[in-house]
Amino acid sequence: MNHNHPVFTDNDPQSELVTLNLGPTHPATHGVFQNVLQLDGERIVSGVSTIGYIHRAFEKIAEHRPFYQITPLTDRLNYCSSPINNMGWHMTVEKLLNIQMPKRVDYLRVIIMELSRIADHIICNTIIGQDTGATTTFLYLFQFREHIYEIFEEVCGARLTTNIGRIGGFERDFNEIAFAKINKFLKEFPVALKEFENLLTRNRIFIDRTAGVAEVTQETALEYSWTGPLLRATGVDYDVRVSDPYSSYQDFDFEVPVGTSGDIYDRYLVRNEEMWQSVRIIEQALVKLKTEEKGIFHADVPEFYLPPKQEVYNNMEALIYHFKIVMGEIDAPKAEVYHAVEGGNGELGFYLINDGGRTPYRLHFRRPSFINYQMFAPMSEGMLLSDAIINMSSMNIIAGELDA
Amino acid sequence: MDTGFIIEKFILVAVIFGISLVIAMYSTYAERKVAAYLQDRLGPDRAGPFGILQPLADGVKMFMKEEIIPSTSNKWLFIVGPGLALLCACIGTAVIPWGSPMEIGGKIVPLQVADINVGVLYIFGVVSLGVYGVMIGGWASNNKYSLLSAIRAASQNISYEIAMGLSIIALLLMTNTLSLKEIVDQQHGWRWNVLYQPLGFLIFMVCSFAETNRAPFDLPECETELIGGYHTEYSSMKLGFYLFAEYINMFVSSAVMATLYFGGYNYPGMDYMATLLGPTWAPLFGVGVFFVKIVFFIFFFMWVRWTIPRFRYDQLMNLGWKGLIPLAIANIIITGIVIAIIEKF
Repeated sequence: MNHNHPVFTDNDPQSELVTLNLGPTHPATHGVFQNVLQLDGERIVSGVSTIGYIHRAFEKIAEHRPFYQITPLTDRLNYCSSPINNMGWHMTVEKLLNIQMPKRVDYLRVIIMELSRIADHIICNTIIGQDTGATTTFLYLFQFREHIYEIFEEVCGARLTTNIGRIGGFERDFNEIAFAKINKFLKEFPVALKEFENLLTRNRIFIDRTAGVAEVTQETALEYSWTGPLLRATGVDYDVRVSDPYSSYQDFDFEVPVGTSGDIYDRYLVRNEEMWQSVRIIEQALVKLKTEEKGIFHADVPEFYLPPKQEVYNNMEALIYHFKIVMGEIDAPKAEVYHAVEGGNGELGFYLINDGGRTPYRLHFRRPSFINYQMFAPMSEGMLLSDAIINMSSMNIIAGELDA
Repeated sequence: MDTGFIIEKFILVAVIFGISLVIAMYSTYAERKVAAYLQDRLGPDRAGPFGILQPLADGVKMFMKEEIIPSTSNKWLFIVGPGLALLCACIGTAVIPWGSPMEIGGKIVPLQVADINVGVLYIFGVVSLGVYGVMIGGWASNNKYSLLSAIRAASQNISYEIAMGLSIIALLLMTNTLSLKEIVDQQHGWRWNVLYQPLGFLIFMVCSFAETNRAPFDLPECETELIGGYHTEYSSMKLGFYLFAEYINMFVSSAVMATLYFGGYNYPGMDYMATLLGPTWAPLFGVGVFFVKIVFFIFFFMWVRWTIPRFRYDQLMNLGWKGLIPLAIANIIITGIVIAIIEKF
């Protein structure tokens, strides 16, 4: 099997197989990547995945940028849940610089990360609906992704590629409107999610389409280093938020849903349940915030936290720190750190080697989409074309995170 | 054959053709509005008040677009495909009785283009021909997605035609005629066939969904798997023809369902209305009732489309061969036994 060189059998008159290029621009791929499939009728005999269509060399670019300028690069990994990527990166640098975060900042981060987890799962689960032909369910829930983006807009000014927060905290405190919007979201979203579940979860056609399709055993999933909802759907209860808590996740009471067979239906159920759990976490975070001192939105580390612009113009110390941070002249220790957060698709890791210079010596992103996707082609063998396509949607492959 | 007869039929054909086109046009608008209503959206509202000029704007757009014929396609068949699809969709309306005979200036005019004694078979024949448009178009495009779609369309239509035909046989056992006009007249007032043949109607309706390639049986054009299905390579008004043919098919299917099972232009209290309105206006009122039924079915088609997911290919075949055909045969046997018992005693 020569996986790197797709075999085109079209010129062979004896061949009974058809080579089909699924992608790079196909409505089902939801991004730019290609699968060269060999079809026997509608059944896939073998497949070869081609990736790299939107490879932007982020890891290399990161070697030429000071830490704070790498945040916008992380935006463009999994652009469906940018804030998780941003905060994962901030926390990696904070781990390197050994900064202790105030509890209030942790809780604010948890709120933002859980909101973006909901946004990510909304996309994946509604797209499964869309790809099975239930367009209405897609639009019902997608509206709430819009409400989440409005919250992000209130907090940081951006919507999709958020570049939210700073190394050492947030750029500014959440305002009253942001809290009002979060509360409104928490009130309205469960109703819509319930409605969404009513439409799909016990829908006979939907169950026929998804249950028992693309089953994965725990062993195979672990061999392929699957993480996130895909791994949990096979029954392994691995969640970075629980196994290696960051940003004070240990203070929260939530459950990690697991499936049994790892099929598409289980993945759908796991993601739905995670949305419910995320709502629970946000509710707890809002309660915890009430007991914390108001107005703290960043750690007191002037040498690492980019000062507000108005202070830069009026305050000499702020000007000095601003200059040093912008030029990458911060005193970062020579060290290697690995920090992982639970992204929408699984363990999103940042492996940072710092040699004491202005920029990282090496930065590697552990991108869950990239790792999960490796199994797609071997999995597709023997599947029907329709099944392979909803399998792809249920893996939630985001082209930005796949190619980096 | 006198000239008056020819002129009369010619006018009737023109009117029916015009009405089917207008209904098809506004079905596209209605589809978008119904979808919008079901999905908490507004739908098209820019062209004219409430967007009612949207179909016209779409038509103009379709005509003005550049026409692309792929160089690798079979050009002649590529052009024949959409034409055949639209033709087969349009001629289906010829045998449908739109209303009871109407009196115009002392002359009795039947509101039906042709009352042929094999009307039901004619409808079946025309509907079966319709799949050739899809097949030829999909095959001539020389695109693998189109080909897959054409194969799906062909096997789906053939499978469901069997169940559809079997469900009709039970009805024919009851009516003893193949003429649509007679079938409608037998359903005078409240004696609608759906009351005697509920299972037959259910099977017929499911098969109509499959025959018109509508969700949940829209496998030939499911956009997430096959891009545009058989019309992936089509552009301009050729694409328009395919889309149009689908809506006209939907209209014809609704009309056939209303005719065969829901009494066509019959409605409760029609005798009273006939004396009240007179021989000119009462048939027209009947036509109105018929169209209300048709519009209801068209709405039902859309309602289903925007509510449930679609089947997978093998599940579709299972439903057709293992579900509907045995049910239809059982329906025939039950109907036959009941008729035999009634005739015996």
